[in-house]
Amino acid sequence: MAKVMVLVGTKKGAFIAESDEARKDWSLRGPFCNTWPIHHVIADPATGAIHGAGGNEWFGPAIWTSKDLGETWTHSSQGLAYEAGKEPVSAAWSVAPRDGELYVGVQPAGLFRSDDGGATWTHIEGLRDHPSRPHWNEGGAGLILHSIVVDPEDSRRIWVGISAAGVFFTEDGGKSWEPRNRGTRADFMPEGQRYPEFGQCVHNIVMAPGMRNRLYQQNHCGMYVSDDGGKSWDSIEAGLPSDFGFPAASHPRDPDTVYLIPLNGAAEGRFVPDAKAAVWRSRDGGRNWEAKRAGLPQRNAFFGVLRQAMAADRREPAGVYFGTSSGTLFASADEGDTWITVAEHLPTVHSVETLVLDR
Amino acid sequence: MATMREAGPATIAVHLPGALVDLFPGSRRHVELKARDVREMVDALNRLWPGMRDRLCDTTPAVRRHINVFVDGERARLDTPLPPGSDVYVLTAISGG
Repeated sequence: MAKVMVLVGTKKGAFIAESDEARKDWSLRGPFCNTWPIHHVIADPATGAIHGAGGNEWFGPAIWTSKDLGETWTHSSQGLAYEAGKEPVSAAWSVAPRDGELYVGVQPAGLFRSDDGGATWTHIEGLRDHPSRPHWNEGGAGLILHSIVVDPEDSRRIWVGISAAGVFFTEDGGKSWEPRNRGTRADFMPEGQRYPEFGQCVHNIVMAPGMRNRLYQQNHCGMYVSDDGGKSWDSIEAGLPSDFGFPAASHPRDPDTVYLIPLNGAAEGRFVPDAKAAVWRSRDGGRNWEAKRAGLPQRNAFFGVLRQAMAADRREPAGVYFGTSSGTLFASADEGDTWITVAEHLPTVHSVETLVLDR
Repeated sequence: MATMREAGPATIAVHLPGALVDLFPGSRRHVELKARDVREMVDALNRLWPGMRDRLCDTTPAVRRHINVFVDGERARLDTPLPPGSDVYVLTAISGG
């Protein structure tokens, strides 16, 4: 009997929802991490450890780690720092595991690596040495590195998303980087300057399973797919109710299945459109879309879903999960066809990830 | 004739906030240690409870913006001297929402 865990980062700590493989009945534990704002919680399949990236206004940034599935936690920011005199790191925003290594993205934007399970961190300096660095602009949440995608077959190949600097890529483990934004729009720029080399407001990037060069991107200005590792992006907005949203989630096995949650617009409250919640699923790489609504609120739903707050599990059929700005966690055990409410009245949900333990 | 020596650090009393102590199992709200200025006090706290420096100071380096250190009633910085017998209060500022 498998155990399915949904790891939830919120404005006031981390939570863990648990179920068996049926994913119908859920229990909730938390808050963890001393109710710090936790932007992203992930599990490292190589070690079984859970890591939470966060930052507290009093005490600064830290990565929280639990080696016993959330029972006890430690925290560290040793080495998670720029040189003296530079603007200090204020919070950690994203974590990605890869073969025992951990990568973390921080605010102000930068990338760090840990080779000891999160106890100490080393700055990957090449990214901030990129000549575009002085021209990076802050997004609404600040200048944050919020998305990290590491090639599952070659950890030297890393994509990061920075708001509002865009997508950057390295194939040498972080020594040198190049912007990968061709085809993505920056509607907030003057006419004639809306397809810059960098400066786009990327919101989230994910990799399709089994296709090392297929990426899906939710941007402040549109939804995109790339089949060449981000060298060029094609719009997949046709058929969706808006071009604005935050999260994207890929399927655990099917590279053509992708999930998005479009919101009504950047200046319209950033709610689900028409106050009716839906997860939009494509089965053909973004060409066609279907709104999945069964079990989701269809009236007076004035919430959004933030950039890391949707994920799928690796069960068959795949489970899909998302958490809202109003603190509700929803789950689907049938690839998005039908939904149940797992938890309500949580703090604002920042992130949702999954961990499946086979017994 | 005795050689003149620079005075060593004197003992001071440090009062720590509960939210900080909660982050370091085994730490205490009240501790006496030897330090000549706030920077040495933070170093001494970090030796007692590794990692505490990062929670109190950023890498400017400076006391974090929402942490207040008061020495004998006056708000202090890292280079503020600590006279022998100082009472140092480390407080969390009003913050958050």
